[in-house]
Amino acid sequence: MQYEAPKTLDAALSLLAGATGQARILAGGTDIMVQLHMDTTDPDMLVDIKNISELRAITESDGAFTIGAATTGAELGENEAVKKMWPGVVEGLELIGSTQVQGRATIGGNLCNASPAADVIPALIAANAITNVVGPNGSREVAAEDIPVGPGKTNLEKDEIVVSISFPARGARAGDAYLRFIPRTEMDIAVVGVGISLEVDEAGVCTQARVGLGAVAEKALLVPEAAATLIGTSLDAAAMEKLAAAISAACRPINDRRGTIEFRTDVAGVLARRTAKIAYDRAVG
Amino acid sequence: MAKQHVTTTVNNDEFEFLCEPKASMLDVLRDELNLTGSKEGCATGDCGACSVVMDGRLVCSCLILGVEMEGKSIETIEGMADGEKLHPLQQQFLDHAALQCGICTPGVLVAAKALLEKNPDPTEIEVRYWLAGNLCRCTGYDKIIRAVMDAAKEMRAS
Repeated sequence: MQYEAPKTLDAALSLLAGATGQARILAGGTDIMVQLHMDTTDPDMLVDIKNISELRAITESDGAFTIGAATTGAELGENEAVKKMWPGVVEGLELIGSTQVQGRATIGGNLCNASPAADVIPALIAANAITNVVGPNGSREVAAEDIPVGPGKTNLEKDEIVVSISFPARGARAGDAYLRFIPRTEMDIAVVGVGISLEVDEAGVCTQARVGLGAVAEKALLVPEAAATLIGTSLDAAAMEKLAAAISAACRPINDRRGTIEFRTDVAGVLARRTAKIAYDRAVG
Repeated sequence: MAKQHVTTTVNNDEFEFLCEPKASMLDVLRDELNLTGSKEGCATGDCGACSVVMDGRLVCSCLILGVEMEGKSIETIEGMADGEKLHPLQQQFLDHAALQCGICTPGVLVAAKALLEKNPDPTEIEVRYWLAGNLCRCTGYDKIIRAVMDAAKEMRAS
């Protein structure tokens, strides 16, 4: 295996284009290193993208943030501006693994690893995040919900790199949140995860909402039917009942040792209500 | 594939070595640099026995390639004591009998030191969450937590 650590995007793309055999991109390594150890991956080349400045930068322009794909959980958790604007996204990323894993695991890596139970993906979907992708055929923008297509599978083309993730500017009365269910208090994989982002008007009526749902399908889902139950309401009891019903209806989980279909479907509704409440309280301020 | 030349700093000493591209930092520390204090528990980033600090960040050395050490500054358990003088955390671990088999201990100490440098006055809950990635199968954690809390107190007073 050849290891390369290019300093520019162009150099990274050239390396990928010129690779013989399988080339893989290395970000934080918290998934790939495990796969190497378990012999479930055997690439001919690893292209480490952590030394490319565009992948490490966090920038803000008129309230719109762009976060480099190789930004770690620890780094994002220390960024007060992002935490203030997108607390749910930061919460999702910070739930991944231990303190040690937080020092390495990246926002782009969690997205591209495309686990159905990934913690940051529902929060990115809720935030209407757009990924900035470059590849041999130029650059393109892909909505976060369109990156994963199944367990471990993305719609990225060969040799494409996720450079950064952009978050739209939004009004002052806005908030987001992410909650997951796990059977212990720390260091576990989501049995269900829900991300919700919403905006309210002066009267506290929800004007916009997006809902991301994780660990209950082959990939994290955008659930517009659930978001629709919130819009035009002040998240009263009736709206919350409709939200829970819409979320449960969107679930198509598997039975596994971490949770049954019935349990996941029910818990998703409960979590959605709690997540919506936190996002709403943050939006109202 | 040819080995790659790596220059790195470990515990303030500069090292140069030739590295197999697939070798982990933990392999390099133990087998190349003979720093065997960092332990391999799981080799998958779950147990924290291989914890080191790299450029100020607590990390699992099993989840990092040896070639990624290029230009980095790494702190391991071997750099913790000042000659014969133990770090307050090490002394508190002895005083509290916060170890039994000792395999997890270097990783716990490195992780606890990283916490106290970031937060000299943590609550017990903060200590427990910070150390959630350091598994100990012997002590039941209570003595570890008490040792860290007392070391924090001692270090704040000095």
